[in-house]
Amino acid sequence: MLVSMEEAGSGQDAAIELRGVVKRFGQLTAVDGIDLTVPPGICLGLLGPNGAGKSTTMRMLTAQAIADEGTISILGFPLPRESKRARMAMGVVPQQDNLDTELTCRQILSVFARLYRVPKGERAEAIDRALRIANLGNRADTIVKELSGGMRRRLLVARGLIHRPRLVLLDEPTVGLDPQVRQELWSLIDSLRADGTTVLMSTHYIEEAERLADTVAVMSKGSIIARGTPSELVRAHAGREVIEVYGTPDHLATIERRAADNGWAHRRSGPAVALLGAEELDGQAPDGVRRPANLEDAFVALTGEMIE
Amino acid sequence: MSSTISRARVPRRIHRLEPAALAGVMSRDIVIFKRYWKATTFSSIVQPTIYLLAFGLGFGSLVSRVGHVRYVEYVATGVVATAVLFSSAFPGMFNTFIRWQFQRTYDALLAAPVDVEELITAEMLWISVRAGVYGIAPLLVGFAFHLTPEWGMLLVPLIGFVAGFGFAGFGVLIAAVAKTIDNFNYVTSAVLTPMFLVAGTFFPISSLPGVLKTIALFNPLYHCVALVRDVSLNTFHGGADLIHVAVLVVWALLTWRLAVWRLEKRLID
Repeated sequence: MLVSMEEAGSGQDAAIELRGVVKRFGQLTAVDGIDLTVPPGICLGLLGPNGAGKSTTMRMLTAQAIADEGTISILGFPLPRESKRARMAMGVVPQQDNLDTELTCRQILSVFARLYRVPKGERAEAIDRALRIANLGNRADTIVKELSGGMRRRLLVARGLIHRPRLVLLDEPTVGLDPQVRQELWSLIDSLRADGTTVLMSTHYIEEAERLADTVAVMSKGSIIARGTPSELVRAHAGREVIEVYGTPDHLATIERRAADNGWAHRRSGPAVALLGAEELDGQAPDGVRRPANLEDAFVALTGEMIE
Repeated sequence: MSSTISRARVPRRIHRLEPAALAGVMSRDIVIFKRYWKATTFSSIVQPTIYLLAFGLGFGSLVSRVGHVRYVEYVATGVVATAVLFSSAFPGMFNTFIRWQFQRTYDALLAAPVDVEELITAEMLWISVRAGVYGIAPLLVGFAFHLTPEWGMLLVPLIGFVAGFGFAGFGVLIAAVAKTIDNFNYVTSAVLTPMFLVAGTFFPISSLPGVLKTIALFNPLYHCVALVRDVSLNTFHGGADLIHVAVLVVWALLTWRLAVWRLEKRLID
């Protein structure tokens, strides 16, 4: 789809539009021809194991990596030509903590308020608002070095929101955080969507995608191999129910052979063998624990890869 | 989360070098400077004092004059140039490398609406403004050693700024091509140290053997020293001084473009 210059950046377009995007690093093809459209106002979860090409995709959206083939446009701005204008309208929360450790929370937010062209008269208020979002009001003048990991991560998110962007890129927003901090961040991300902000979030946590994403795009080895709401993906790739069979290694091996012979979708799931789409196996299914199928089952069925 | 803050706005036209981007990057430098200005100021005063004591008094007891210039005047003005060199080449090298490779600050800035060219230009501008200002310190110390104040000395910060911009660019360029921070040792010992000595700082290049003399003419620091000396001691040489200015301007532009070009290649995949 061609976007005319008048329309560019008007907010009518898809928030993100990738067409046939390829990125190579020498012999390695990190991103192998992906098409992805993110309509405005949704939270799209880019789910995939480490090394699937999620971070490379994210870096191409800020023009910190340039695609070898294909086209990318953000909020109607074609990249890389209009990338600076695209970056003005979006916020970025990187996977790696790159906060200035020598600066205070307020100083960091102040630098980024300038960089994001927050008008002078609104800067103080924007900084206060960001501190509130990050729940760091009483740490405003603490230098980053002295903050806990969770506080730093919240500040990293607030830094990307200082200018009230229309689109936010979150690259593995909760990687390495303890469960309580993760919950805090999830509610923060959820409130973004309620505010009408489009969110693209890469993650390798199934639960994160399940909880936050309206739509999930499953990425594996540089390609997007499936896309849908979490429940659509589960239904299509893992059925309604799963039977988990527990037992000795010999028993499990027998079950796996039987599943393979009968063509049943199955996978190893910790100390058990999980048979997917169990509702279709009535009568023949071995004894085990029945549970509803989840996104993890669908993910493993899709990629053949284990994930957290 | 609704707020009275307006949503991010995107201007219809933007520039290649946006003043807001330059100011934003420099605002960060200024915050950091406010934290470290005492140490910076201390060393910028103590270093020329030591040079003046060691060379001015120590060496000066053997050599009283270089041409028509008293040796203390010769050294005080020479040390201006070395102060400019070190206060711009080292930050160019180390700050760039550390912020880029270790602190990942540049990654954060480039995800915001700042291009590599704006980032590097802002960093170089800040370094060279600082180098220009601190370039005066050796003259102030020199006054205590009976250096005579001259109106021309008011031009020293400007000379320091232009030369410092070039040395900062040189430093950034080195950071952009260095594989590890240890590689800086090669540059410091094989480039910066001879550059600093073979520049007419402590002894005139006319006393050097022919080859070194020719090399010195290509040393931007030599032109910085000569210019600082001429304006500070009121010994203008019209044509020669114009050449000094031209060399420093070309040096500044050249290293700036090279630094942007090389670092862009490293920062953008």
